Amino acid sequence: MIVGYYPGCSLTGTGKEYDMSLRKVLSLLDVQVEEINDWCCCGATSAHATNHLLSVALPARNLMLAQKQNLNELLAPCAACYNRLIGSKHEISHNADLKKKVEFVLEEDFNSSTEVINIVQLLQKVGKEKIKSLVKVSLKDIKVACYYGCLLVRPNAVTKFDDAENPTSMEDIISATGALTVEWNYKTECCGGAHSIARKDIVTFLSKNILDDAKLNGAHVIVVACPMCHSNLDMRQRAIKKLYPSHEEIPVLYLSELIGIALGLNGKELGINLHFVDAINLLQMVKAEM
Amino acid sequence: MKIGVFVCHCGENIGKTVDCATVAQRAAKIPGVAYSVDNKYMCSDPGQNVIKNAIREKKLDAVVVASCSPHMHEKTFRKAAADAGINKYLCEIANVREQCSWVHDNIPDATDKALDLVRIAVEKVKRNIPLTAIRVPVTKRALVIGGGISGIQAALDIANSGFEVVLVEKEPSIGGHMSQLSETFPTLDCSQCILTPRMVEVYQHPKIKLLTYSEVEKVEGFIGNFTVTIKKKARSIDEEKCTGCGLCIQKCPIKKKAFNEFEEGLATRPAIYVPFPQAVPNIPVIDRSVCTYYQTGKCQMCLKVCGREAILFEQQDTLVTEEVGSIVIATGYKLYSIDKKPEDSEIKGYGEYGYGKYKDVIDGLQFERIASASGPTNGEILRPSDKTQPKKIVFIQCVGSRDEQKGFSYCSKICCMYTAKHAMLYKHKVHDGEAYVFYMDIRAGGKMYEEFVRRAIEEDGVKYIRGRVSKIYRQNGKYIVKGEDTIAGMPVVIDADMVVLATAMVAQPNASKLAQTIGVPYDKYGFYQEVHPKLRPVEVSTAGVFLAGACQSPKDIPESVAMASAAAAKSLVLFGSDYLEREPTVAVVNEANCAGCFYCLKVCPYNAIEKKEVKNKLGEIIDYIAHVNAGLCQGCGTCNATCPSKSIELIGFNDEQIYAEINAFSESFV
Amino acid sequence: MSTHHSANTTLSNEIFSNTSLNVLQCYQCGKCSAGCPVRNFMIDAPNQVVRYVQLGFDDKALTSSTIWICASCQTCSTRCPQNFDIAKFMDAMRETALNKGIKPSEKDSMEFHKAFLNQIENHGRAYELGLVRDYKLKTLNLMQDVEVAPEMLMKGKLNILPHNVKDKKPVKKIFAKSKGGRK
Repeated sequence: MIVGYYPGCSLTGTGKEYDMSLRKVLSLLDVQVEEINDWCCCGATSAHATNHLLSVALPARNLMLAQKQNLNELLAPCAACYNRLIGSKHEISHNADLKKKVEFVLEEDFNSSTEVINIVQLLQKVGKEKIKSLVKVSLKDIKVACYYGCLLVRPNAVTKFDDAENPTSMEDIISATGALTVEWNYKTECCGGAHSIARKDIVTFLSKNILDDAKLNGAHVIVVACPMCHSNLDMRQRAIKKLYPSHEEIPVLYLSELIGIALGLNGKELGINLHFVDAINLLQMVKAEM
Repeated sequence: MKIGVFVCHCGENIGKTVDCATVAQRAAKIPGVAYSVDNKYMCSDPGQNVIKNAIREKKLDAVVVASCSPHMHEKTFRKAAADAGINKYLCEIANVREQCSWVHDNIPDATDKALDLVRIAVEKVKRNIPLTAIRVPVTKRALVIGGGISGIQAALDIANSGFEVVLVEKEPSIGGHMSQLSETFPTLDCSQCILTPRMVEVYQHPKIKLLTYSEVEKVEGFIGNFTVTIKKKARSIDEEKCTGCGLCIQKCPIKKKAFNEFEEGLATRPAIYVPFPQAVPNIPVIDRSVCTYYQTGKCQMCLKVCGREAILFEQQDTLVTEEVGSIVIATGYKLYSIDKKPEDSEIKGYGEYGYGKYKDVIDGLQFERIASASGPTNGEILRPSDKTQPKKIVFIQCVGSRDEQKGFSYCSKICCMYTAKHAMLYKHKVHDGEAYVFYMDIRAGGKMYEEFVRRAIEEDGVKYIRGRVSKIYRQNGKYIVKGEDTIAGMPVVIDADMVVLATAMVAQPNASKLAQTIGVPYDKYGFYQEVHPKLRPVEVSTAGVFLAGACQSPKDIPESVAMASAAAAKSLVLFGSDYLEREPTVAVVNEANCAGCFYCLKVCPYNAIEKKEVKNKLGEIIDYIAHVNAGLCQGCGTCNATCPSKSIELIGFNDEQIYAEINAFSESFV
Repeated sequence: MSTHHSANTTLSNEIFSNTSLNVLQCYQCGKCSAGCPVRNFMIDAPNQVVRYVQLGFDDKALTSSTIWICASCQTCSTRCPQNFDIAKFMDAMRETALNKGIKPSEKDSMEFHKAFLNQIENHGRAYELGLVRDYKLKTLNLMQDVEVAPEMLMKGKLNILPHNVKDKKPVKKIFAKSKGGRK
């Protein structure tokens, strides 16, 4: 299986362990990734918050690059990039006027037949059975809170991915590793996203609520599919601890990392050592190596 | 042929855009027109006299009235023409208001168009022939579908007027949703206390034939002459023998297994049961899907204990036919469920309220059962999950209703009132409890309704918060209700013990199926469509069929009862005559020409086309041809347009007449 | 989405012609505000900002900090009973405020967005260290994130040098031609 790959900026920096773990896991699952040549930033929240045309044109350029590489499917592991790519494609195809403007900006005709998919969708395509057959380390002793955040499921009419209020596809994939998943309330609550830098107070507050509810419902680990969610939930636990000294840390892993552990990769290979919240206890619970 | 043309100004409605005097002058020059005049109000008494006098004095054979839509005054003018001695079908209307003056603003153009319309009508009326109305006999007997309060009221009103009624109810007992209610707004009458005497009256009424656990399968015929096929579902009980002693129910070994519909799932029931103690008739039914005997072939406990040998395990569904003249549909409503809906449904559940996964997040009917003295908690307010008394309760209005996103844009009308009642009942029973109501608007239009809501707020201290709730979730044993008080402009989060959702009233799930069986139009929500929202609110486009209660739109009890009496009155109007007159403008088949392809049968929206046997001299069937049932035909002309061999003619609108109209219109281009 | 619009105030018309959003669709139920994760950080509730536009209090709406505190999570749009895309409305409000040169009371968020886009315009991809530098210089929040930044650097999560696209021209051109946003 060959799939196009749009890592996005975060996976080259703050979320580089996502990129590392994903590439290793996918190769174990016989998925080849073909990176888009000279891709650029999707514009993220900043573009769509301030300049609509720019926010559509930047993803459109990347979609056109994918088109030129004849990629049928394009994996955007970052939920924010996924949302921007699929959202722009949706908007352009539903708005002839906007399409014209985008073509003016790009100086080429826009025509994209590439299907934009997120990591959960890719793993669904790989199949639970395939993952199950390759599991080397059973995760049956850990309880996982699957965190979808905002951008995988919203707006549901555009992403058409899972249920906007109670998604369950990540749980389904994770069941292949033997891990248990918990029912909790903050699956799709926002972590503050792009406010990470400008309004740390907001992100700290939102992240704390998410972490608390996961713990309250018995989770040992939170699994995410977005580098922004990851940095907010993982990195901001320091600030939370400062404000609320009683806060008990809970590790936050990328979906690819959790599956990587089950497939027998060690913590370092998966970049788990790069997290701010130590996951060593978690790895010990399943007798995996750091 | 001498034709008169009468042009109406309709005050300024026509007169200000169409030069009526000019139209009258120019109409006089149309060949065949012997007299032509305009008048300010042609429909008024003096106006009608202008027509009548002209017919008599000028010896007119036919008239054209250029006025408003025939929907409005065709009857009026045809009657005037008939009064003056000409056949009423020799009066044609040229609609120069809705189709001309109201939609144009250029006077010369509108005047030209009005003249065109007049010329078209003149050419048609020249080819009209005198017709006589069709007379059909009336069966003075009514069918009422649905045994809730609406159906009960309609049945009693008709029966008390001396006519027979067949009352069909799909559940094992009549009573409907009203029998589930605790107390009723705004008087707090006990619902059962006011309803059960009516139920008994129905049961004992000599003119009412009650068919419970039965459904309408097929409706044939037409106004005054319906033949209805009803399926009596197998009760597994001999209704003649059963005395309703209840021993079988007591002894049924699977007491706690079956979902109790009457208690809205808050209690269980045995496999053999009556829905509730006051059920009418007081005859049990066996739920075969849970009965041990039907599932495994063993048990038969009920049979063993029944002293009357009334248990009939082998009983089959039976079909009965009834002849009736009118049909009252009173099939009621259902409550919307917040559960996750299937993928293909346009209607969405409420994921933000947990898709129905929380036991203590209940709907209005469930709260009625909890508050009811005969309910699963004997009227004590206890929450379903752990049977504890909720000290903080949240009521949320407009769940599903007024929610375009979930698929319902309409207001369910009764929720404001019953929520106020719920909150009031709660406060009366839990003195130290807190009750919150989230609402968008309080719609309390009705006698003593607003006062009732104010009482809940001012005297009982129910806290009303204006805003919709965004999310409900469970944390630390509480239901966290996240809302916004849009008046204070601040967020409100309540940690409640129980939440009651005023979910939308929706049409019965099989409403469209019944509608198709009877031929009743329905809206996109499945509510039945009345002919006119103001002036004909209980009639549907199929003559002889009337609506009562919430099957037409959400309604409370007083409105349902009023509508039921209206539907009964409409049936009684019908039963007031021995014969019905029907428009003669129906389709007829040229039998010599019909090839028997039956395209007409497929396209007829009124099921008016039948297959007629053609026999040879020996009486053997040699062919089938189409035949129009004049009682059912509404004269729409679909068959006429479809027939490949031109073997169907629509009387009053035959091809010659239509072509004459088209030719007359094309003259304006010459 | 409605095709008819008659609020007939300056801003509501502008929003309608740019985005087809009809602010009159909002019936002020407050569900957006009730579910807004950042509601506690706002003075004006999201539904109130829509109300200001409905009534023609355009300045009050455009200067509200709410439009910059909005985290674009789209919870509001997902649950809006009237199918009013309030997240898109917030985007349109921010864009309009910027185009009109209105100084937002919630300056930091806007400066962050500007710094972020500046990085992309110059490098084609987000370059975190440069972004943080630009942002801090603009806002003078110099001490922010001292507890994590050094470790991020150590873990290689903040790149010292920008990751440039090979060919910077196309991205610069996209920025140049998209200036002025929707127009």
